[in-house]
Amino acid sequence: MSAPLLAEFDTPEALVRAMRLAQADGHRALDAFTPFPVPALTQAFAPPRNPVRPVMALAGFGAAAAMYALQWYSSVIAYPLNVGGRPLHSWPVFLLVPFEFGVLVAAIAGLVALFWTCGLPRLHHPLFAIPQFERASQDRFLLLVASKDADATALRESLERSGALLVAEMHP
Amino acid sequence: MSGTARPHRWIDRERLGYGEICAAVADPIQRRGPGRAWIIAFLGVLPFVLATVIAIGAVLTVGIGLSGVNTTVVWGFSIANYVWWIGIGNAGTLISSMLLLTRQHWRASINRFAEAMTLFAAAIAGIFPIIHLGRPLYAYWLAPYPNTMDLWPQWRSALVWDFWAILSYLLFSLIFWFTGLLPDLATMRDRARSRIGRRFYGALALGWRGSARHWAVYESFHKAMAALAVPLVCSVHSIVGLDFAASLMPGWQESIFPPYFVVGAMYSGFAMVVVLAIFIRWGLKLQAVITPSHFDAMAKVMLFASVVMTLSYATEWFMGWYGGEHADRAVIAYFFTGDYRWLYYSLLFCNCLVPQALWFARVRLNFWALAIIAIVINLGMWLERILIVWNTLSHGHAVSLWRTYHVSVYDVVILIAPLGLFAFGFLVLARIFPIVSIHEVSQLAHDEGAARGGTA
Repeated sequence: MSAPLLAEFDTPEALVRAMRLAQADGHRALDAFTPFPVPALTQAFAPPRNPVRPVMALAGFGAAAAMYALQWYSSVIAYPLNVGGRPLHSWPVFLLVPFEFGVLVAAIAGLVALFWTCGLPRLHHPLFAIPQFERASQDRFLLLVASKDADATALRESLERSGALLVAEMHP
Repeated sequence: MSGTARPHRWIDRERLGYGEICAAVADPIQRRGPGRAWIIAFLGVLPFVLATVIAIGAVLTVGIGLSGVNTTVVWGFSIANYVWWIGIGNAGTLISSMLLLTRQHWRASINRFAEAMTLFAAAIAGIFPIIHLGRPLYAYWLAPYPNTMDLWPQWRSALVWDFWAILSYLLFSLIFWFTGLLPDLATMRDRARSRIGRRFYGALALGWRGSARHWAVYESFHKAMAALAVPLVCSVHSIVGLDFAASLMPGWQESIFPPYFVVGAMYSGFAMVVVLAIFIRWGLKLQAVITPSHFDAMAKVMLFASVVMTLSYATEWFMGWYGGEHADRAVIAYFFTGDYRWLYYSLLFCNCLVPQALWFARVRLNFWALAIIAIVINLGMWLERILIVWNTLSHGHAVSLWRTYHVSVYDVVILIAPLGLFAFGFLVLARIFPIVSIHEVSQLAHDEGAARGGTA
């Protein structure tokens, strides 16, 4: 098995075309690296569901419920204080803090879920060793493909025919 | 857009490649020095930063008596400044999130510094309630924690709501801003030439690779955050409004306050974004990505907010009269004929009358006119906030307690000096982080057809 090839394109459209061609030939497209999100690539590579939003919802509602419970416990059980005859369990105003707190915890949980799903922080990666990779965050669109054959020459030629500016091997 | 002189609506260049966008945003930071205008501005704001530190230090050591508050007018500049700054802070996230959710792609070039504006403004706003506490060393009593006194926070108190609103909002905005910045930090890392630059941006970028999988997760998180941000922003300023609405003082018990505060926040916030956008566009030479169409759109929002504010004031007067309560009617009459009447007339002039000039396209496209109107709006909004405090407190239920506020030197310093602190934060930020979102502008250039391939 040869090392996967990293091909560089100058438009997202060229990359998508090359990816379709390579896939039609039976090669396996592994990932794409682009300076901004490209919908076609998201469809091709990303799993249809990711855990970020369920995690945010769970954490947010959980935190809000916990905060409400804390307010109820502290003002009804632990420290009952009669303020102008208002009920100890003043539910309308007890909704404000749980909302704020729930949103905050949802945001923090979402950030953690984002990092967890993306495998970040990871300060080094084999891809960073390839010189052309630093343009994936600027003006180039990179496609990582694994050849179906032991010899990757056919894939390399196919990529170059479909407009790749540079094709390099990635070594883990 | 066809029919106009410019080739694209939101990109003011016939052709703008991805590499050029990166260079336009990143090079002023990484390749060029700060430039004379930046150094002059930086030295200019330093005295203000110093004055802020001294003024806050003074009130923390001496006490709240330095301010012009008295036993009748117990709230003063600190509260007005707090409401004003949090209002400015609200617009940043609101602009960024609301425009993201409604797919207004033009937000790409203004959202980053609008979010940064939120961060600084909310952080500055958070200082004021603490120095206004009178006993700032007990500020942590607002948080629920197990303590030997067996005490709990008073959850019915507006001060406790404020604490949670500001805390949540500040941290939320920080996360939202950092998430949007992450792909750009990777760009900065990859463009950095110096060892320090590579280390610094590399560490902050956390190893972002721009993989299609990363982008998918990034987008779902960013959109979810935007969807949360809109209700959060509205709730934060509604809670600020409730500080005034949940009271028994005449003029401070109106149910219109929460929505009216939210619109007011959007109003002053957009005005501040316009001022900053004019400076940033000129200072960082970003004419290609911050176009007259952006200013046109923002001016229309300000105009809309101005009309809503005018209606809100009229509702306030009408309800005061219609409610029939003597004290309420007396306070409304006091607005127009009392000690602060000239300030009140200035408020109406700044917030209701001047922005009507924005009905005219020529005014919306003239940067000088726009800058002046935006500053006038911010002035008017500050007057609104201080008058909400002063009018009611100076003219309460007990006639024997009627007194006016007397402005102290300290008040003036804590009003003006934090503006320098705000500018200082921006100047420093503009030298470290991309002030315009590189990846979102690249996407915009792609969608508008301005990119057409790379620079090769």
